[in-house]
Amino acid sequence: MQLLQTIFLRLITTAVTLFGVAVIVFVVIRIVPGNPIAMMLPPGATEADIARLSALYGLDKSIPEQFAIWSGGVLRGDFGTSITTRQPVLGLVLGRLPATLELAIMALVMAVLIGGVMALTGTRLRGTRSEGAIDVANGMALSIPDFLWGLVLILAFGVLLPVFHISGRITPSLQLPFSTNFYLFESLVRLRFDLWADIVSHMFLPALALAIPLSAVIGQLLKQSLKETMHLDYVTLSRTKGYGENHVILHEALPNAILPTLTLIGVQFTFLIGGTVIIERLFSYEGLGNLAIDAVINRDLPLIQGIVILFAAIFTVVNLVVDLLYATLNPRLRHA
Amino acid sequence: MKLNRRSLLKYSVAATALGMAGLPLRAQDIDELVIAYNVTLPSWDPTVGPSAVNPTIQGIYQSVFDQFILQMPDLKPAPGLVTEWGWNEDRSKIHLTVREGVAWHDGSPFTAEDVAWSLARAANPDTGNPINFVWSSLTNFQVEGNTVTADVKQFDPTIFKWMYFLTGYVLPKAYYEKVGAEGFEAAPIGTGPYMVEKFERNAYVRLKANEGYWGGAPEFKTVTIKFVPDAAARVAEVESGNSHVTLEMPYEEYDRLRAGQLTGIATPVSDIGMIFLNDIDVMLDPNVRKAAAHAIDKQLIIDRLLSGYGVKIDTLETPEYEAYDPSITVPYDVALATELLAASGYGPDNPVKFTIQTTKGFKPKDYEMIQAIVGMWRKVGIEAEIEVYEIAKHYELRAADQLAPAAFYNWGNSVGDPTTSTGFAMFGPSPHSVWDSPDLIEKIVPLWGEPDEAKRIAGWKEVDRYIAENAYVIPLLQYVQPVLSVPAVIVTPHASGALLPHLMKRAS
Repeated sequence: MQLLQTIFLRLITTAVTLFGVAVIVFVVIRIVPGNPIAMMLPPGATEADIARLSALYGLDKSIPEQFAIWSGGVLRGDFGTSITTRQPVLGLVLGRLPATLELAIMALVMAVLIGGVMALTGTRLRGTRSEGAIDVANGMALSIPDFLWGLVLILAFGVLLPVFHISGRITPSLQLPFSTNFYLFESLVRLRFDLWADIVSHMFLPALALAIPLSAVIGQLLKQSLKETMHLDYVTLSRTKGYGENHVILHEALPNAILPTLTLIGVQFTFLIGGTVIIERLFSYEGLGNLAIDAVINRDLPLIQGIVILFAAIFTVVNLVVDLLYATLNPRLRHA
Repeated sequence: MKLNRRSLLKYSVAATALGMAGLPLRAQDIDELVIAYNVTLPSWDPTVGPSAVNPTIQGIYQSVFDQFILQMPDLKPAPGLVTEWGWNEDRSKIHLTVREGVAWHDGSPFTAEDVAWSLARAANPDTGNPINFVWSSLTNFQVEGNTVTADVKQFDPTIFKWMYFLTGYVLPKAYYEKVGAEGFEAAPIGTGPYMVEKFERNAYVRLKANEGYWGGAPEFKTVTIKFVPDAAARVAEVESGNSHVTLEMPYEEYDRLRAGQLTGIATPVSDIGMIFLNDIDVMLDPNVRKAAAHAIDKQLIIDRLLSGYGVKIDTLETPEYEAYDPSITVPYDVALATELLAASGYGPDNPVKFTIQTTKGFKPKDYEMIQAIVGMWRKVGIEAEIEVYEIAKHYELRAADQLAPAAFYNWGNSVGDPTTSTGFAMFGPSPHSVWDSPDLIEKIVPLWGEPDEAKRIAGWKEVDRYIAENAYVIPLLQYVQPVLSVPAVIVTPHASGALLPHLMKRAS
């Protein structure tokens, strides 16, 4: 009952947050310089032509009027029409979302695996030179931003040792039997491992570029938590029972030490989705981030609004899910 | 199929190996031409919305759609879907002869009705054609056999040039009316050398050769154009062999790769770099303007910043344009610049001050060029403060005539007519112009409707000379477009800057 009440309250705050984001984005993108009509003015256009184009795209009205029209449409599920692509915004944004989600999830899985292995190895080898080497590697991974990792990976595995694709999401010549835009997931469901491999080959480098800095954060925090947990009484007790060090770390220390990391992963996942913007551009990956950059360059106001609202919705939903997951996994909160 | 952890792992390794085997190899025998393009294609209708006036996208459009009149790589017009064109004696009517035996990509016959409908549609403001005011100078389209005639509402000597310029495309009347705008976006057809097979927005378009193309079947039967906006990623594309052709990379990278295993071609295109001067503040002083123009060593900028890839210009006309006049020059002369400034009471100890606006990274070395120019100006007594802005802000400020006293910009004019370079850039009432003085407006006005072509071109040359003498604008250079390809592909450059796959051939 308390959980349902919490969810209800969070949904209300989510709606208020999204409304606030919508208002801010709507006003800001209309105030900052860069009018989409000015960008498409042809040579020789007159004042009348400018007025005609402004009216055609609904930009001749005041900002409150435009907002009222737009928000009325949103309530009916109509986010407007993109100025550059002339497609419905909602369809465009939802069509791209799966690609970005798959990339972000793959990056998250890689980050958890790399960070987890680093943390566990570092804990197991604590006090040795190997731990120092792991700390140095962690520091390097953390200090270089994802887009720079992207360039390094393109050079290393795209040019010098060309084993992975460096642009796009799938080889254009392949025939796709997919009925959703979750290509990676659907290729597995359909047991089409040839397509799956091609998709992974395209996603691997951008996902790794996103994963490396995050893996360092995860590795650092998890190792720290593990080291602290290793000194607790119940861990010492399990040692005295004769369990080996690996068992103690994996089965005794890890379940407790992982909780702060889990919260961090949730928060970082939202940042990870934000980070896809630059990485998708670099790897010409047809996700939401790439669409967002084009929308900003072209001052495609309806599309920018749609993308920002969706990003905001993802962020709030992920935070909600993380909170609920944390409550479920943490016995102290579960029984509170 | 029984799937367990071990078998899944086995299949995954095998499938990954299979996927990697599918990577494009360095082209020896190219079945599918892959081009890494520098822009994305937002929408397929080449006559509507912002894409219609984006010059960099036109190469993709021209692969699928034909324009009314064909434009050759040297910018000259040639018979295309319209084979003959002209006015009647008193310029009150135009006539177009339409090519016969052409088919749309769906196999239906192309007719003169399509031409008349496309022209009428372009003139209709409700379609969202940003250039409808050009096309609306024609009305009352009549079709008789393979001839289209129209009444001239307002004489425009450049109307036939627009037929191979922005939005000058022929679209399929019957098909468009049947499927509507949405259906056309989903499955566009044209009469061009390639047919759209697959399109993923922001990712790629896959094209199949139109074997019955009236201009001859293209050599490469399948072409994939990948949209790779990042220059470093484009370079990696060709370097890794993932793509066979790419364009617009830093000149240093172009030189490096050209010296290796790739073939390079760098030719001047119809884009120029220039500094708009606004008729405000200190720019109202002719000595300041002229000094600013004479103090710039354009060749040095080209040599040092652009690795020599650029052509110095002193008017808004490039050598390929019809009104180009090599006798109009604005020489680099530091002594003259110093003298002019001194006459107005300025010098290195008492510099004239103003702001210059520029983009950073929009065009090759744009910001660096302005930095160099500001350095050159400082030596003669001009202290310019650089303000960096986005190109969108430039458009907005220019349309509102609120640019700083000096503003860097690039201007494209792929038809090479003086109206679409000097004309729109310098004619006060145009929203594109920055210098609005009445003397210049007076000189330009009679040229808009001048029916005598020789007189018209001569008139524009005179205007260009007048502008140069008064330093109403500072033209800097004509850009050179670098294109890299694997040796197996021969690229024919187009002076408009359009990279056209149907002009690419296999090396023998």
